[in-house]
Amino acid sequence: MTQYLLAVHSSSSDYDRSFEEMQPVFETVDRFNQKLVADGIWVFGGGLERIEAATTVDGTDGKTLVTDGPYLETKEYLGGFWVIEAADLDAAHQIALEASSACGGKVEVRPFQAE
Amino acid sequence: MTQSSDLRAEIDRIYREEYGRVVASLARRFGDLDIAEDAAAEALLIAIERWPSDGIPPNPGGWLTTTAGNRAIDRIRRESLRDTKHKAAMMITDDTPHEPTGPVEDDRLRLVFTCCHPALAPEARVALTLRLLGGLTVEEIARAFLVPETTMAQRITRAKAKIKAAHIPYRVPERDDVTDRLGAVLAVIYLVFNEGYLAGSGADPVRTELTAEAIRLGRILRQFLPDEGEVAGLLALMLLSESRRTARFAGGELVTLDEQDRSGWDRTLIDEGHTLVRECLARVAATSARPGPYQILAAINAVHTDTNDARDTDWSQVVALYDQLYAVTPTPIVALNRAVAVAELDGPDVALAIVDSLDLSGYHAWHATRADLLRRLGRSAEARGEYDAAIAATENPAETAYLARRRAHLVDPGA
Repeated sequence: MTQYLLAVHSSSSDYDRSFEEMQPVFETVDRFNQKLVADGIWVFGGGLERIEAATTVDGTDGKTLVTDGPYLETKEYLGGFWVIEAADLDAAHQIALEASSACGGKVEVRPFQAE
Repeated sequence: MTQSSDLRAEIDRIYREEYGRVVASLARRFGDLDIAEDAAAEALLIAIERWPSDGIPPNPGGWLTTTAGNRAIDRIRRESLRDTKHKAAMMITDDTPHEPTGPVEDDRLRLVFTCCHPALAPEARVALTLRLLGGLTVEEIARAFLVPETTMAQRITRAKAKIKAAHIPYRVPERDDVTDRLGAVLAVIYLVFNEGYLAGSGADPVRTELTAEAIRLGRILRQFLPDEGEVAGLLALMLLSESRRTARFAGGELVTLDEQDRSGWDRTLIDEGHTLVRECLARVAATSARPGPYQILAAINAVHTDTNDARDTDWSQVVALYDQLYAVTPTPIVALNRAVAVAELDGPDVALAIVDSLDLSGYHAWHATRADLLRRLGRSAEARGEYDAAIAATENPAETAYLARRRAHLVDPGA
């Protein structure tokens, strides 16, 4: 079994949608999550706060540098993700397809490096 | 001297013929393409060393697979101090048969589905298929697609790394997915064929090594999936196109279907192609399944190769088939080819109206078709401009020569 990251990229406009509008999406995703747990392939998952809530911490020069916001300026950024267990890429694609229709967004499938 | 170089050529031929089988078998056993390829290369070196004195073994493919397998085990044992490799070595001592995988079980079939996986870039799929199943060297593939060898090597390395890292499986897809995934495999084979049949650019108008390789892969696929109409259709399409290959060129110039010397067509390939098309028609009639694009294209080619004189071509049949093709794949290129047939049936003016409605101004065949229709309508000045545009858009030398001759033969209305 390999672990795969299923990443959903969002933009600010996705976060501007009202709670009422998002409610059915939350419910669908929740049902999908429960199915992942029941099938024993769930590792972790969740939605992230908007990009404005991000802080970048840099300790590479032996000094501590804390800056507001993300490292890169991009229109789209990680909005939420799952980590799942799958036998191979075909199996991961199948789950990603369900994830995509559950959350209503494109899903990037990326394998974790082997230990 | 001659004898030994003959033997070397024979060993190379066998190696290339068996390469896909050896690599596919090892990839399945060891789950690693690099191990499989390195071991196959080592087996070749041993064959070159031993076969001249021992003679070519009765089953050279089996010999190469066994020898390569032993080499791979040796290598894994040598490296087995490392934990992951050790696990791999443990795995290979487990001789339980590999898990069954749906309708057919052949290692090469698994491998072709891996090479043509949708998660790989299309150009990487073609390169991997030719390398791993066709046994072509990286240098040969690079030359065929006119890219530097380092670029091609990188493309293949990157694709193999993705197969490994993302765990793209060595497996024939499940029944439900096989049709989708088969489409990608057929597309790769047809792309290889077309690149050989009318090379996009370069000094040679045809690359027979590519057309031959595509037909060989088509035959392998047909062997494993004898009931898939599109597999039979693609093979028939390639055979019927290949049958006309030598007649398509005269003195370095492209010869169009209506001007070809039909006595130069390969009757054996035509017979084989026609048999496959008849088989497809019977299957469609029996199951009322809608034929896919390769079967329809094969049927069109069957109509063309059915007469010894271009004037006897059943154009209404050809147009009807193009109608069917357009219903399945409504692309402007299909519409353009249909228009060529319409010109024969309803006249060049009707065809020109269709061609003019298509947004294909970047495509050389669109200009070439327009040029020909305008010529037939006596609109020489416009035709000349279109021949120029077609020549500018093609890099194939034989096609350029053909277009230049046609342009030179235009009747000049101004003169």
